[in-house]
Amino acid sequence: MTYGGVYNAKWLRYIAQAALYGLFIAVLGYFSVSPAYVHLPPDQALIKLSFSHPGQPKGGCRERTDEELARLPPNMRIRVVCPRERSPVFIELEMDGRLLYRDTLIPSGLSRDGTSTVYRRFPVAAGRHHLRARLRDDVQVEGFNYVREADITLKPAQVFVVDFNAKSGGFIFK
Amino acid sequence: MLKWFQRVGRRGFLHMEAGFNAVFGPRLNPLYHLGALTFLFFWVVIASGIYLYIFFETSIEGAYDSVEYLTYEQWYLGGIMRSLHRYASDAMVLTMMLHLLREFTLDRYRGFRWFSWITGVPLIWLVFASGINGYWLVWDKLAQYVAVTTAEWIDWLPLFNEPMARNFLNEAAISSRFFSLLQFLHIGIPLFLLLLSWVHIKRISRPRVNPPRGLMVGTLASLVVLSLLAPAVSQGRANLDQVASVIQLDWFYLAVYPLFDIWSYGGVWILLGGITLLLALMPWLPRRHPEPVAVVDLDNCNGCGRCFADCPFGAVVMQPRTDSQPFAQEALVAADLCASCGICVGACPTASPFRRTSDLVPGVDLPQLTIREIREKTLAAAAKLSGDDRVIVYGCDFGADLGRLEERGVAVLALPCIAALPPSFLDFVITRKHVDGVFLTGCREGDCYYRLGIEWTQERIGGKRDPYLRKRVPRERIDMFWAGPDRSNQLAQKLDEFRGKLRELGPYTKPRSSHPEGDSRWNDKGVRNVTDRME
Repeated sequence: MTYGGVYNAKWLRYIAQAALYGLFIAVLGYFSVSPAYVHLPPDQALIKLSFSHPGQPKGGCRERTDEELARLPPNMRIRVVCPRERSPVFIELEMDGRLLYRDTLIPSGLSRDGTSTVYRRFPVAAGRHHLRARLRDDVQVEGFNYVREADITLKPAQVFVVDFNAKSGGFIFK
Repeated sequence: MLKWFQRVGRRGFLHMEAGFNAVFGPRLNPLYHLGALTFLFFWVVIASGIYLYIFFETSIEGAYDSVEYLTYEQWYLGGIMRSLHRYASDAMVLTMMLHLLREFTLDRYRGFRWFSWITGVPLIWLVFASGINGYWLVWDKLAQYVAVTTAEWIDWLPLFNEPMARNFLNEAAISSRFFSLLQFLHIGIPLFLLLLSWVHIKRISRPRVNPPRGLMVGTLASLVVLSLLAPAVSQGRANLDQVASVIQLDWFYLAVYPLFDIWSYGGVWILLGGITLLLALMPWLPRRHPEPVAVVDLDNCNGCGRCFADCPFGAVVMQPRTDSQPFAQEALVAADLCASCGICVGACPTASPFRRTSDLVPGVDLPQLTIREIREKTLAAAAKLSGDDRVIVYGCDFGADLGRLEERGVAVLALPCIAALPPSFLDFVITRKHVDGVFLTGCREGDCYYRLGIEWTQERIGGKRDPYLRKRVPRERIDMFWAGPDRSNQLAQKLDEFRGKLRELGPYTKPRSSHPEGDSRWNDKGVRNVTDRME
């Protein structure tokens, strides 16, 4: 059975087959790498704000009374008891006086006793900027208990990370 | 809406297939082997991947360098293997998506096919997961982009306490152990993919997992040519302190990634989740009205197993005899697997119109069109014919419109599948002189809706498959043309030619010898000679 009299000649069919195989690899070869995608315009840099930080315990510790201790099983009779729940972490990031990000980060866990985490990325124009980061990790504190600001110069495509580590003194700009 | 897509898609595929048939012929038509081609590409990916694995180093510094070594210093083998790995993976996505689209447009995803469809849905995710995961291993700028973006996307889900993307904050954050995890995933996911692929074809009898040799050779050769012409290369070492701004994306795997810069990550999850859910529900949107399935009549079943051998979907099983008949086995139809194609009926030796001594009830029959009804309809239609070119056309529900042929003065009878017609019917209508010739038509060659109908019909008539058409039946009075739904004009032309030939032959006369000759002419039809086994 033949399909289309024009292709009866064997060599003509081979040529047509070669052309279709050629089309197949052309499609594969082209879309495997093209067209190029511009993920970030060439005049921009990226600020990444990311940290994982446990807020301070939400309430103060207290001592149990003798009556309270007596009611507990012997293996649980610990005098000082602290609340599990931690304070949410309040964070603000400003660049050149403009607010980039502000959020209240709820601690993880069913009892809200885990860390508060954030990961955000901000494409910004490359060049010189003034950056200010502020954080409060204790509900009993007014205002912010960690603040850092700096003048930074961002090159095009540079990744600038705003991290936080209380043990290292607070915000880390790198 | 779905039907509109199906109609448009079907038309498109029919046109493309016609073009490919003209070039490759139906046996090598790539569009008829999309699933098998996907398997082929998978084997290429596995074979090339094993080679690359030998040289790959699982560390931040070593990963990129080892891939560069393969690409440049060992370009003659390692470089080609890398390119084959890349392009075969891309081709896998291409054929997989075409396979999905084609099965949808041809309505091959509902009813008895639901299982193959639904097991195909997670395969899509696994193929993409394997490919995207593989891109990370190169640890070039593309890998960096894919790693960071994928991690941010996954972080949208409330899975991890600490964001996964923090692992890619900057150069100091990443560790070599991460590559060990990636490599484990890059082996584990494809293994799972292989397992699920086996499940995907589990309900299909004689699945075509390998394309025909000619197509396989052509495809592999073209992949090698592409690998030589445009070797896969890296896009510069990853540097997490700098954004990978301009990326040469692999659009087969990463086409969705630009959406992350336009939509929210949640939006992309909803889009992909919605598509996945829609795909998973499609077999029931709407559910195909189930046809009555084949019924076994134990009084007429001698447990020969021909129905079991011919069923394309493994719906017939043989089990020990449950009645007092002196046979070892009996056929049993699994209702949930049965496609109601009637191929088992066409294979049943008791489905013979010659039977006189008993009521015409075969060992297995279709309730919606019994063998007795086929016999009665055949005789009624043939009785209306006159002249010396009386032809009965047997077709199928998925082929050309037989009504148009009826207007041309031939008898027509549509069957669920052409292989539902036992070969003895051809013998019956010709040697009993009910007609001067028989014309068989149906789906396009190589693309039977019930997978094996055309193949079995050709083999039965050609004496290669039981039940055979008896040797005494003059083959010049039988013709066939696998027109499919769109080649009605060519079908009519072929039919006219056949009738002209019958007029030249004159009326059928019983041969004097019990062993007539002349079967060699049958080769011209593309069907093999009748063998001595038929006797």
